[in-house]
Amino acid sequence: MDKRDPFRHNVLTSGHRACSGCGEAMAARMVTDLIGPDAIYINATGCLQVFTTHNQQSAWQAPWIHSVFANAAAVASGVEAALRAKGKDTPVVVQAGDGGTFDIGLQCLSGMIERGHDVLFVCYDNEAYMNTGVQRSSSTPHAVRTTTSPPGRLSQGKHHLKKDVISIIAAHHMPYAATATIAYFPDLKAKVEKAMRIKGPRFLQILSPCPLGWVHDSALSVTVSRLAVETGLFPLIELEHGELTGVMRLAEQKPVEEYLRPQGRFKHLFGSKAGAVELRHLQALADARIRRYGLLDADTQWDTACAMQSVRHGRGGYASSMPTSEAVKNDT
Amino acid sequence: MKQLLEGSQAVAEAVRLCRPQVVAAYPITPQTHIIEHLAQQVANGELAAEFINAESEFGAASIVLGAVAGGARAFTATASQGLLLMTEVLYNIAGLRLPVVMVCANRAVGAPINIFSDHQDSMALRDAGWIQLYVESNQEAVDTLIQAYRIAEACELPVMVCMDGFFLTHTFESVDLPTQAAVDDFLPPFHFVRTLDPADPMTLGGGSEADNYQEYRSAQQAAVEDAQPVIEAFDAEFDDRFGRAHGGLLQAYRLDGAETALLGMGSLMGAVRDVVDKLRDRGQAVGALRLRCFRPFPAQALVRYLSGVQRIIVLEKAISIGAGGILASELRAALHQAGMMTPVESVIGGLGGRDLTPQVIESVFHETSRDEMGATFRFAPDHVMPDETDHG
Repeated sequence: MDKRDPFRHNVLTSGHRACSGCGEAMAARMVTDLIGPDAIYINATGCLQVFTTHNQQSAWQAPWIHSVFANAAAVASGVEAALRAKGKDTPVVVQAGDGGTFDIGLQCLSGMIERGHDVLFVCYDNEAYMNTGVQRSSSTPHAVRTTTSPPGRLSQGKHHLKKDVISIIAAHHMPYAATATIAYFPDLKAKVEKAMRIKGPRFLQILSPCPLGWVHDSALSVTVSRLAVETGLFPLIELEHGELTGVMRLAEQKPVEEYLRPQGRFKHLFGSKAGAVELRHLQALADARIRRYGLLDADTQWDTACAMQSVRHGRGGYASSMPTSEAVKNDT
Repeated sequence: MKQLLEGSQAVAEAVRLCRPQVVAAYPITPQTHIIEHLAQQVANGELAAEFINAESEFGAASIVLGAVAGGARAFTATASQGLLLMTEVLYNIAGLRLPVVMVCANRAVGAPINIFSDHQDSMALRDAGWIQLYVESNQEAVDTLIQAYRIAEACELPVMVCMDGFFLTHTFESVDLPTQAAVDDFLPPFHFVRTLDPADPMTLGGGSEADNYQEYRSAQQAAVEDAQPVIEAFDAEFDDRFGRAHGGLLQAYRLDGAETALLGMGSLMGAVRDVVDKLRDRGQAVGALRLRCFRPFPAQALVRYLSGVQRIIVLEKAISIGAGGILASELRAALHQAGMMTPVESVIGGLGGRDLTPQVIESVFHETSRDEMGATFRFAPDHVMPDETDHG
């Protein structure tokens, strides 16, 4: 017997406890409504799990399970295998944050893809461990202030680059992997719908601003995620079986400063000589991504040496004895 | 029909007879032969299951978690480091009250790394909320595996069948495999009421806070405790149908009129029974008690069986470092609660595959307790020549 509420068909219903302006809540609402309630959802530990199933309450109107932090992809593998054994083809969808995808969940995700499970894995990427209070993850971009990559007299924030996770995913003979953001709903919609037409493992990385962790006005979540695309820092791409098959090209490139300025997590970079060095590096990274994915018709200026520096200087994190970028520059 | 089978193959055949729909595992000695046989059965078309090669034991446990939540009967097996790597997920399976069945091919835990048998791995998981059944023989492993699915699915609790690595998994023994029809009669098709299903959407694994978390834990404790009569009943029903029983919670041997009881778990109990026979022949009032069910801990049944003895020797193949024998500690608590002050000697031995020979077991019996004041356990002598115990 169908026990669903006939008057409410949205998968993620109202009344949950996300912060105002939560990019992940917006993204999850978009994705799950596009997929619909005739699917099974597996959630990694994280904000989405906490704010939707707080203390015996649930905002989910579809079958939903949370086990632990690292294993969402493996639980999904098991659910999918059970459905396959029973001759059912109910879609299986994983929802995880960047911690549950880039870091602690990567091994299970790799296993799930390698074995070819028919599962859509959606990563709501807010570039840090927001649920535990904004600690750096391997998705946190270089120079960002988090509580575990704090800027200080000897540091300009996170020392390492954001992990290029989609390339790692694509290297698994992956049928479909794409990036999206909440600012471009038609693009996101097309990618979700395309993913749902494909059999096998599929992956979506959705940039989902976190006003609390990114320290921006909660009314600016969509604006900020649009600027991430327009500056070239977060290219919107599609990869099929490891090959680049789609990019959202840019009419013009905006300077990264336009994206960084509204966000408190980059505030320490402005107004100091050391910060200016990191700003230059962030611009070089954006330029490199534009060139790599062909986002502009004309080649941009590309500071190869700067963009290739994968560990930045400063103390307060691993590799803290690295020479300063000025020293590297003087050497070369 | 009786067949000469390696323990791992016997278990794999028993798994096949239970018709799991999903099997997930990761290789680890001494469990590997079990999943190798299952993989071959799937490849031969003898077992209609999805066989999933997990990327780790953590993944394997998570896959069977998902499979059971998705409405399929599932199986996994592991040992030692693999069991410890599963730990977080095993607690989670128990908390979610998912009827998962697994085999632990008992093996020592490193460091130092050691592939041979003791009970340290599964004993370390004693608080996880799993039913733990320790088997003595390969026949019992087969029968207990089949009973385990029945128990798990009736109680909505996970069951771990613990069998000694190598001593059982790699030993050939004559085993009577039940027929498929008989197992089908004993074990109904898998049905899990909280199956993830869009037509009846449920949230599994949501949050809980201080106002209700303790009630969940208390309900879990009650469910595991209440499994005791279920374990006994299904062993009795198994006896009716298949003509074999394994003692339910525990199995006594020549305990009538015994002044001393030797208590232990697993494959070492065969040697213990031989020692009891020898000592009985010499007029010593000795008996043995094999604990089959360690979780739930059958405190009342133990007290009942041991109420007449004056001395209890617990042979333990695991140690709680910094405290001593785990089994003896729990037994002492049970006796104390029943107002009994029977001395309990905790003898830790057989670690890392060391053989607990009849000679060693007998020497333990002959030792008057040499415990220093306040010592709660001692280690078994490492090796005793046959003539050293010949007190005849």
